[in-house]
Amino acid sequence: MDFDLNKAQKLLQKSARDFFARECPSERVRALMASETGYDEALWREMADQGWLGMLVPEEYGGLGLTLVDLIAVAEEMGRACLPGPFLSTLWAAALIDRAGSEGQRQQYLEAIAAGDLKATVALLEEDLDWDPDGVRLRAEFDGRDYRLNGTKLFVTDAGVADLIICVARHGEDLLLLPIKRTSPGLAVTPTPAMDATRKFSTVMLDNVVVPATETLAFTTATRRALLAATEVASVILCAEMLGGIEWTLASTVEYARTRQQFGKPIGIYQAVQHQCADMFLMAESARSAIYYAAWAVSAGDPLATLAVSIAKGYCSDAAREVGNRGIQVHGGIGFTWEHNLQLYYKRAKSGEVLFGDATHHRELIARHIVDEAE
Amino acid sequence: MDLNLTSEEQSFRDELRAWLQAHVPPPFVGDTTSEEGKGDYFQFLRDWQRKVCEGGWAGLSWPKEYGGRGAKLIEQAIFQEEWARAEAPPLINVLGLSLIGPTIIAVGTEEQKKSHLPRILSAEEIWCQGFSEPNAGSDVASLTTRAVVDGDHFVVNGQKIWTSLAHVADWCLLLVRTDPTVPKHKGITALLVDMHLPGVDVRPLKQMTGDASFNEVFFDNVRVPMSNVLGKVNQGWHTAIATLMNERAHLGTGTYVQFKRNFDQLISHARRMQRHGRSRGTDPIVRQKLAQAFMELEIFRLTNTRALSRMNNEHVPGPEGSILKLQWSEYNQRFQQIAQELLGPVGQLQGLDNGQWVYNFLRCRANTIEAGTSEIQRNIVAERVLGLPKSY
Repeated sequence: MDFDLNKAQKLLQKSARDFFARECPSERVRALMASETGYDEALWREMADQGWLGMLVPEEYGGLGLTLVDLIAVAEEMGRACLPGPFLSTLWAAALIDRAGSEGQRQQYLEAIAAGDLKATVALLEEDLDWDPDGVRLRAEFDGRDYRLNGTKLFVTDAGVADLIICVARHGEDLLLLPIKRTSPGLAVTPTPAMDATRKFSTVMLDNVVVPATETLAFTTATRRALLAATEVASVILCAEMLGGIEWTLASTVEYARTRQQFGKPIGIYQAVQHQCADMFLMAESARSAIYYAAWAVSAGDPLATLAVSIAKGYCSDAAREVGNRGIQVHGGIGFTWEHNLQLYYKRAKSGEVLFGDATHHRELIARHIVDEAE
Repeated sequence: MDLNLTSEEQSFRDELRAWLQAHVPPPFVGDTTSEEGKGDYFQFLRDWQRKVCEGGWAGLSWPKEYGGRGAKLIEQAIFQEEWARAEAPPLINVLGLSLIGPTIIAVGTEEQKKSHLPRILSAEEIWCQGFSEPNAGSDVASLTTRAVVDGDHFVVNGQKIWTSLAHVADWCLLLVRTDPTVPKHKGITALLVDMHLPGVDVRPLKQMTGDASFNEVFFDNVRVPMSNVLGKVNQGWHTAIATLMNERAHLGTGTYVQFKRNFDQLISHARRMQRHGRSRGTDPIVRQKLAQAFMELEIFRLTNTRALSRMNNEHVPGPEGSILKLQWSEYNQRFQQIAQELLGPVGQLQGLDNGQWVYNFLRCRANTIEAGTSEIQRNIVAERVLGLPKSY
């Protein structure tokens, strides 16, 4: 039994930390926040060169064929840097293509994703904002040759910059995964500016968008399972990002408590402040335990992987917000300013909390497992 | 990263599992509220530990040369897990095995090792630990029990409190003040004290649960031979720290298995209990609370495993270990509150599940006090892990 990152993973994490400190300092983050898509072509190319876009892509499609455990080491550093851009969206779509695509589709899309030539996302949420695929209602009409899509998808991440949007739709009882080029006729992407400007959401309207049946991702009864599994991968990546944000906030808070003087002493000498910091540390370590377990369980195909992901996302969702609350409190007035970077992490923690289901959502999933299942 | 057991770890587990299957006695039957029944239960536990010792499973972590098994940390965790799963009786000499034995191995003389270690393993000598005093709790170093040299003996006078097992103990690892003229940490000595000596008076301290597992111990001119100093005179603080570190690094695996069993019991109550014709387990608020508790319990298990893994690989405790005590103690208090809410009026009944919900609800208040209060734990995290300035 061994429950830690290995040497290679730790080295990888260190190099990612150095990379983002150099290539994505907070001025860059703020500039990208002010842009419509949060996308930086040069930065994206460099990330592709590092191999990070293809870490999970099998080697035969030009990826590194590594595991989710390797990837979270890098994703944590993206969170620490508060990195904007379509990384998470693209990897969510890639995980879906990897699970639901045909051999030809995997070749077509995954190679381009690993090379940095294709950015993608998944359009799942609709009016009732349900993360459960069973809630998908958007109809795909079939005329014997093509599917025709009409309806609206909400909170689609990075749709403004994604070359490919995988739309989750319903035909009869069946779930369909339909890849749509952003330039397709009838597709309208409208940005919906939100509290956290490092994550860009859009409303995607589909007005008679045509997708040839030959282009749907392999249509089997396993569609739902593939969607759930890909979302689990994306959830773990998001949790690792959130952990990076938690670690940044903790480090900033401890540093401030060590240096800020009041009554002639650093405020970190007072136990009221110390105990806030200790609780933040407890939450950071707890989140780390849950994330490592979820990443291992998913990559090892452990039968409890789904439960492990809900534990991680449920815990991180509350912890990231609460660490932010405590961090602002210890920083005092400066922590409430626009100028201080705490606000970037605070807002990002909030958007991360909601994405793929908040703690309440995941607690209900856990309850289904522990209360209902054995009955 | 691989959370599965290696084949070596698996064979250790299989061997232990087979031994437990063959040797775990049927549960003790008897009235443990009467004096006679308590005596019988004590004898039952003592006999059990002797059997464990003969089987070679006592002193698991101790070096082989001292009668231990030299087990790796992960094997110790497996041991605790299997122990709890087999519902094997506890080892009565727990303080001797986990705290005092290792301290004697670290700083004791050859004579002390030879005379005490085999008897700690076999439970011929039951040990207690005399650290806390009425005015020295979290601040143990301010203790005032005095020991004065008289020929080749120390003469001890003073009082200890919260002393677990003192009412049945044969020996005590006692901290005494041997030099009151120097700073508090520098005038303390650790003594190995025979509890049967004249002048030792043990008075059980009844707790809010109704149990009396703690004691007050009074020392009135107790004469302890100089050869019973553990470590060096006036360097007892080092000995104490070594012992306390053992206490705080205490693995959480056994605790986890107990908590998990308790959690599963509550789940079956949630499924069974009805309100308005529906199981309580269908109530969204109940579901949220149970799921939250489960999440915290799992994370405690995982953090414990991470800490074990780190110590196994790097032989130094990582920062994750410093939060285990906070995690389990505060979890248990939150969980017992959820249990009471779910059970409602019947949660107060001695008749439900042999009174365990009443006992657990009360007993868990001590969890955030014993073995270092939550406040002290947070001070330790802030200072030693996060590097904030010392507040006291």
